[in-house]
Amino acid sequence: MSNRKLTTRAARPLLAAMVLCLMLGCEGTTDIERLRQEMYNQSRFEPLEKNTFFADQRASRPWIKGTVARGQLRTDAHLYTGMVNGKPAETFPFPITRKVIQRGRERYNIYCTPCHGYRGDGRGMVVRRGMKQPPSYHIERLQNETPGYFFDVMTNGFGAMYSYASRIKPRDRWAIAAYIRALQLSQNATLEDVPADVRERLENE
Amino acid sequence: MAQLFPRGSNAFARVSIVAVLVVVGTGLSILLNTNRLHYTTDVQVAKKQPVPFSHKHHVTGVGIDCRYCHTSVEESSFANIPPVETCMTCHSQIWTESPLLEPIRESYRMGNPIEWVRVHDLPDFVYFNHSIHVHKGIGCQTCHGQVDQMPLMWKVNTLNMEWCLECHRAPEKFVRPREEVFNMTWKPTDEQGHAVSQVALGAQLIKEYDINPSTDCSTCHR
Ligand code: HEC
Ligand code: HEC
Ligand code: HEC
Ligand code: HEC
Ligand code: HEC
Ligand code: HEC
Repeated sequence: MSNRKLTTRAARPLLAAMVLCLMLGCEGTTDIERLRQEMYNQSRFEPLEKNTFFADQRASRPWIKGTVARGQLRTDAHLYTGMVNGKPAETFPFPITRKVIQRGRERYNIYCTPCHGYRGDGRGMVVRRGMKQPPSYHIERLQNETPGYFFDVMTNGFGAMYSYASRIKPRDRWAIAAYIRALQLSQNATLEDVPADVRERLENE
Repeated sequence: MAQLFPRGSNAFARVSIVAVLVVVGTGLSILLNTNRLHYTTDVQVAKKQPVPFSHKHHVTGVGIDCRYCHTSVEESSFANIPPVETCMTCHSQIWTESPLLEPIRESYRMGNPIEWVRVHDLPDFVYFNHSIHVHKGIGCQTCHGQVDQMPLMWKVNTLNMEWCLECHRAPEKFVRPREEVFNMTWKPTDEQGHAVSQVALGAQLIKEYDINPSTDCSTCHR
């Protein structure tokens, strides 16, 4: 009998110690979802996670100045800067096919329509909510601009418009420039010149 | 010598065998099902964010495409949370006085990051990749729900293993044409726009896109 008592007396603090150990994992929260998640997190970092090791606390590190990542060597000035001999290029760095224009249309609709609108008239949704109105692509000055100029505006921004270089890859920027050219040409054409699928959308606007 | 156990203990011993099974079984199933509960996985719980960013306003109201902000969702495992610079492409010009946007402006000036609260977070021992799902025609809405109606972000699925497998075992119930992946209100239709059954369309797309999701453990646990 007294043996049994001894074991229970020893078991209690042991049990308490075990529960305490488990609770140490709680890191000061009682939210059950957080508790569950904390047991699932390993000591490695996912993209954009917090890392207190660095002064700015970002686990995803910015590129070190002057280094070139694999596959990021950019020697083709025409393709990557849009400049030829210090002037905006008058040609595209690769042949423009129907596929490129289609890609350009898709990318244009994602990144440019909020402000420039589907027709490129500068009356997108955000402009209607108070954004500075960009010029229409169909004014004479922009009709006469080179493809390299449009590439440059996307790469470096222009006035109130920010740069899109971090979000749109160089080839896609050229594809957008090609699509803008197609938009401009279509403005001087009649509706019958437009492919059926595009025409339908234009008519619905 | 007197018997150590009275006669009644036989019955007690038999009952206790069953009782142990019942108790252990109930315990295990409570544990398993707790893991499935919306309560423990925070499904349908809107998370408070440092800036009350509304997908409803920006996607439905302003009509911005997911990829304007989640730039890498098509070509990487990670969808990307936009940097404040992306917000500033518009908010340097509009709603510039809004107190709600002060953390964004401050972050842009000072370069300190915004700490968004994660809503979807798989355990670190699970490998997930957005690009394959987007390319094989799984819509954002299938996994994330009607994001375009969310004033604050919440989860609509538990992200449990059984949820992943439900689709990996029967993808025809979920696939859609690639062009419709970013469409939040897509319904299965044929080329003429007539409603068709998801399973019929799904079976056709599975052939066309050569879809064959794996259920091997090493697909998701690498
Ligand atoms: C957030 C709104 C916004 C978005 C998105 C946007 N722009 Fe602009 N864009 C502007 C504004 C505003 C101007 C006028 C800038 C000024 O005059 O200060 C402008 C001007 C331009 C100009 C004319 C430059 C000139 O010489 O007058 C071009 C070309 C242009 N944008 C191309 C694009 C392309 C291509 C995209 C898509 C990759 C794009 N923009 C996306 C707001 C935007
Ligand atoms: C204007 C930029 C913007 C657009 C457009 C946008 N998002 Fe987001 N998204 C964000 C920001 C910022 C967050 C982080 C804050 C939050 O969770 O609400 C986020 C978070 C999310 C999350 C949750 C991430 C997590 O923490 O788990 C999902 C899922 C998501 N977005 C899906 C979408 C989908 C689908 C679309 C297109 C219908 C879309 N987003 C369009 C900016 C945007
Ligand atoms: C393409 C333009 C655009 C981008 C990019 C954008 N917003 Fe907005 N935002 C708007 C517009 C337009 C409104 C006004 C909403 C309305 O009128 O329905 C708005 C409203 C808001 C509001 C409400 C402001 C208030 O005082 O009520 C918040 C908060 C906000 N945005 C946060 C963000 C954050 C955070 C980001 C970056 C992830 C972002 N926005 C990116 C266009 C944009
Ligand atoms: C097959 C299901 C599925 C589909 C389809 C899907 N997502 Fe996700 N998404 C997830 C899961 C699971 C996570 C959590 C990932 C993690 O924790 O590593 C997630 C996380 C996110 C995040 C947070 C950042 C990240 O990558 O962890 C964003 C933003 C997001 N998704 C946006 C989108 C958008 C936009 C689409 C449509 C193109 C989309 N998702 C399609 C399942 C999906
Ligand atoms: C709605 C359907 C759906 C859901 C939900 C879903 N998947 Fe998938 N998954 C697919 C399809 C379709 C593929 C493409 C299979 C193929 O390559 O043919 C795929 C492929 C994958 C692959 C790539 C396999 C490879 O061969 O590299 C991984 C990894 C993956 N899924 C993980 C997950 C995880 C983890 C979850 C749960 C968080 C999940 N998936 C949820 C439909 C889904
Ligand atoms: C389609 C992707 C996928 C496949 C295939 C898969 N798992 Fe999982 N597994 C998951 C996800 C997602 C979780 C995280 C569940 C959660 O968050 O509760 C998980 C969790 C687990 C867990 C931990 C359970 C828990 O809740 O802590 C175990 C054990 C496991 N998986 C074993 C396996 C085994 C064994 C196989 C092969 C038969 C397998 N998994 C195949 C996606 C997968």
